[in-house]
Amino acid sequence: MSILVNKDTRVIVQGFTGSQATLHSEQAIDYGTNIVGGITPGKGGQTHLGKPVFDTMDEAIKSVQPNASLIFVPAPFCKDSILEAAESGIELIVCITEGVPTLDMLDVKKRVDELGLSLIGPNCPGLITPGEAKLGIMPASIHMKGSIGIISRSGTLTYEAVKQTTDLGFGQSSCVGIGGDPIPGSSFIDILELFENDPQTEAIVMVGEIGGTAEENAAEYIKNNVSKPVISYIAGQTAPAGKRMGHAGAIISGGKGTAADKISKLKECGVHVADNLTEIGSTVAKVINK
Amino acid sequence: MNLHEFQGKELFAQYGLPVSNSKVIYEAEDALKACRDIGGTKWVVKAQVHAGGRGKAGGVELVDTPEDAISFSKKWLGKRLVTYQTDEKGQLVNSILIEECTDIAEELYLSAVVDRDTQRVVFIGSSEGGVNIEEVAKNSPEKIIYEPIDPLCGAQGFQARKIAKVLKLNNEQTKQFTSMLKNLMKLFIEKDLSLLEINPLVITSGGLLHCLDAKINIDSNALYRQPEIAEMHDPSQEDSRESEAAKNDLSYVSLDGNIGCMVNGAGLAMGTMDTIKYFGGNPANFLDVGGTATQERVSKAFKIILDDPDVKVVLVNIFGGIVRCDLIAEGVLAAIEEVGVELPVVVRLEGNNADLGSEILSKANIKIESINNLGDAAKKAVELAK
Repeated sequence: MSILVNKDTRVIVQGFTGSQATLHSEQAIDYGTNIVGGITPGKGGQTHLGKPVFDTMDEAIKSVQPNASLIFVPAPFCKDSILEAAESGIELIVCITEGVPTLDMLDVKKRVDELGLSLIGPNCPGLITPGEAKLGIMPASIHMKGSIGIISRSGTLTYEAVKQTTDLGFGQSSCVGIGGDPIPGSSFIDILELFENDPQTEAIVMVGEIGGTAEENAAEYIKNNVSKPVISYIAGQTAPAGKRMGHAGAIISGGKGTAADKISKLKECGVHVADNLTEIGSTVAKVINK
Repeated sequence: MNLHEFQGKELFAQYGLPVSNSKVIYEAEDALKACRDIGGTKWVVKAQVHAGGRGKAGGVELVDTPEDAISFSKKWLGKRLVTYQTDEKGQLVNSILIEECTDIAEELYLSAVVDRDTQRVVFIGSSEGGVNIEEVAKNSPEKIIYEPIDPLCGAQGFQARKIAKVLKLNNEQTKQFTSMLKNLMKLFIEKDLSLLEINPLVITSGGLLHCLDAKINIDSNALYRQPEIAEMHDPSQEDSRESEAAKNDLSYVSLDGNIGCMVNGAGLAMGTMDTIKYFGGNPANFLDVGGTATQERVSKAFKIILDDPDVKVVLVNIFGGIVRCDLIAEGVLAAIEEVGVELPVVVRLEGNNADLGSEILSKANIKIESINNLGDAAKKAVELAK
C-alpha cells in the first residue's frame, strides 16, 4: 500500500512536449511510472517519448483512460489546465509549476473542492511512491521503499528528510510535497489523513516552515485524529520578522506563524519535533525504536 | 510588490473611491505650484516610502503655507525615513505627496487580504481606526469584523451592510460604503492585489467616507498580466543587493551575521541558516539559487554575497536533485575563479553524484572545504567565521 499513487496509476502529462515536462516525464518513465500520454494543444496526433499526444483532456480520457494528471504548463495557463483536468473527472491532479497567481488558485481551489478531487501543488516537487510511481521532479535515487510517510511544504527540504530516512534504513511509503504557495491544493491535514489510513506507513514526517498557520492547524488535527507517531521539523527559526506593509496580514494570523509558535503547538499536541535539520532521521529512529 | 500611497490612491481614484485632491512632487521647488494647484489654505505633506508608521516618525505634517511645504520637502527628499516598520537604515524618500486637508470626524479601519485559512479574500473592518489595530485585535476582538468574499459571487450588499454595522455607519454612509466595498473588491481582483489597507478610513466633518491612506500590495506572480502596475515598481525601496538578486532570479535577503549562505531551495536555505545558528554562528544572508544551480547563477550569487563586507566565510549547500553534483562542483570552481573569491568556502554537496562532486572540489587548487555532512559543514563554517 501507499497513498495517492502506485504502479497502476495511469498518468497523463499536461504541457507534455515542453522542455521541463519532457525531462521529468522521461525520468518518470524510466522509474516505472505508467505514463499513458500527454496533452499539448495544437500537437494532438503526434507521439512524444513513445506516448500519444492529445489536444484536449477529453480526447485523452476516451483514448487512454488516465486517472491522474501531472501538470508542467507555464504559470499563466495553470488555472485553465487544472480546471480542464478537474472537469473531466481526473481524480488526482499534481501541479508542479511555480508562480501561479494567488487569485487564480482561489477560484481553482473552490471548484476542485466542490468536485471532491485531490490537487497537489502548485509550486511543489510532486509526489512519489518509491519503487512504483514518480509524479514530480524529485531525484529518484535518494528514495527507498519503506515505512515512513513524508509531507513537506518545501522541495529541497523534502529531499533532506527523504535522504536521512533512507540512510537509516527506514525508507518511505510515499512522499508528498504540498508546495509553498498561500493557497495550496492540499493541506498537511489532507495528507495526514491518508497516511493515517495507509497500513504501510508506520510513522509520518511533516516538514514545515514559517508563515501561515498550516502547521498549527495540522498539530490540532494530529492530536485528535492521528494515532501514528509524527515527527516534525520547522524551517525558519532564525529568519527575521521582515519588513511589513500595514497590519492586515498580522491581524489575520493573530500574531501566529513564527517557528517558535509552531514548535510549541506541535509539541503540545504530541508531535516529536527535531531540534535541527540534521536530526530528522535520528528523531525518527528514536521514536520508532522506543 | 508594494505600491506607494500615491500610486494606491491613483488606483482608488480609477475605481471611484473617495480620495483627496493631491499632487506628487519629486523636487522641493515644485511644492509651491502643487499647493497652488490644489488650492485652500492648509495642506498635508506626506513622505512616500514603502512602510507604515510615517506620522510618528515625522514623515507626515500639516502645513499652513506653501513655503512650509517646500521646507518639509527639502528636509525629506533624498533622505531616509526610519519608522517602527522599517529596519534601522530606513527607506529612501524620493517623492512627497501633497494633499488638500480633510476635516476628520471619525477614524475607521478597513483592509482586505487573501486569507490562507478560509481561502478567500477577507475584508477586515473596525470602528477603531488610526490607532494600533493589532492591539485592538488582541484586546477587543469584538470591535473587529472579518468578512470573507466568495471568489465566484463577489462582494454582496448584505456583506457591506454587515461591516457597516460594526463601523457604526449611518444609513447614508452605509449606502456609500456598499458601493465602496464592491469597488474595492473589483480593484482587488482586477489588479491582482494580495493586500489592501485603508488606515484610516475617515468620516469627514461633512459626514462622508473618505480614504486618507492607501497601502496596496500586488501579487508578484501576477505582474505578467498587470503591465501598468509593473511600471509602478520602485527599486529604491528595496535593498540594492536584494533587487540585484531579483533581477537574476535569485532570492536574497540580507541579515546581520558573517557567514554567507548559498543554498538551492527556500526551505533548505532557511534550514541551513537555522543549522548555522544552532552551532553558534550567524548567517549573513538568505540566498536561494533556485532549482538549477548553473555556473552562471552560482557566479552571480557569489558576487552578491561577497558584496557584503561583513562576510568572512561562504557556506554553499546544494542538494543536487535532477542536476548532477559533479556539474555543480565544476560550476562552483569556475565561479570562484571568475569572481576571484579569496574568503574560505565550505561546500556541502548532497544527492545525485555527490561523491564525484566532492572529489572534483578536493582536487582543486583553491581553498575549499568539501564536507558532505550538513552538520559538519555548518560547524566548519562557524569555526572559520570566528
